[in-house]
Amino acid sequence: MNIYIPENILQEIQAHGEKAYPEEGAGLMLGRVEEEQRIVKSLLFLDNAREENARHNRYLITASDMLRGEHEADSLGLSILGIFHSHPDHPNRPSEFDREYAIPWYSYLITSVNQGQATGSRCWRLQDDRSGFSPEEIITLPAS
Amino acid sequence: MPQLKIPTPLRPYASGESTLTLEGETVAEILEAMVDLHPQLRKHLFSETGQLRPFVNLFLGEENINQLEGLQTPLEEGDTLLIIPSIAGG
Repeated sequence: MNIYIPENILQEIQAHGEKAYPEEGAGLMLGRVEEEQRIVKSLLFLDNAREENARHNRYLITASDMLRGEHEADSLGLSILGIFHSHPDHPNRPSEFDREYAIPWYSYLITSVNQGQATGSRCWRLQDDRSGFSPEEIITLPAS
Repeated sequence: MPQLKIPTPLRPYASGESTLTLEGETVAEILEAMVDLHPQLRKHLFSETGQLRPFVNLFLGEENINQLEGLQTPLEEGDTLLIIPSIAGG
């Protein structure tokens, strides 16, 4: 499983995680699926809707924001491919909380932000039996 | 008949369809018609006790059905119901 992300878009995702630090930042990856390859074309940055004292280790994208994402994707001729979020001062692996709330099919891109600096991103997909995540390789494309 | 839009993650469980046209006069009837047609959708949308899973939201146009009459919200010819997940993590 691969996900193709233009270099500038990956940089935007990481910059968003740095800006949100020490809270978690999140948003949607919009793009196309072509011959089973996922290609990210655009981002939608969203507010972390969790209460203030939980935003350092939790994020929430409300149904209203997801609806906005669906409309935005439709208007661009794209689909919501997945969600990106940051882990402040934690590894870029899904937490147990991530697994409990994950939705199948979506790509979950996690950026580790240590002391305010993005140190790397990895992408994951929930396994069909919901027992865990499988890694999805990020392949960077030249800036679009 | 009302239409039901299926979000991308659930389309594999609905034979790849993005929109279903279903018979029903309320949201509850439409959902029942949906799982009759595509039984695999049931486990992703409903808990073992038959309740909608917490991250499943239904919108009639721009309005969440929770702000209308919930599952008993009436539907009319030409209405479009959307299944919209909310996303949480840590």
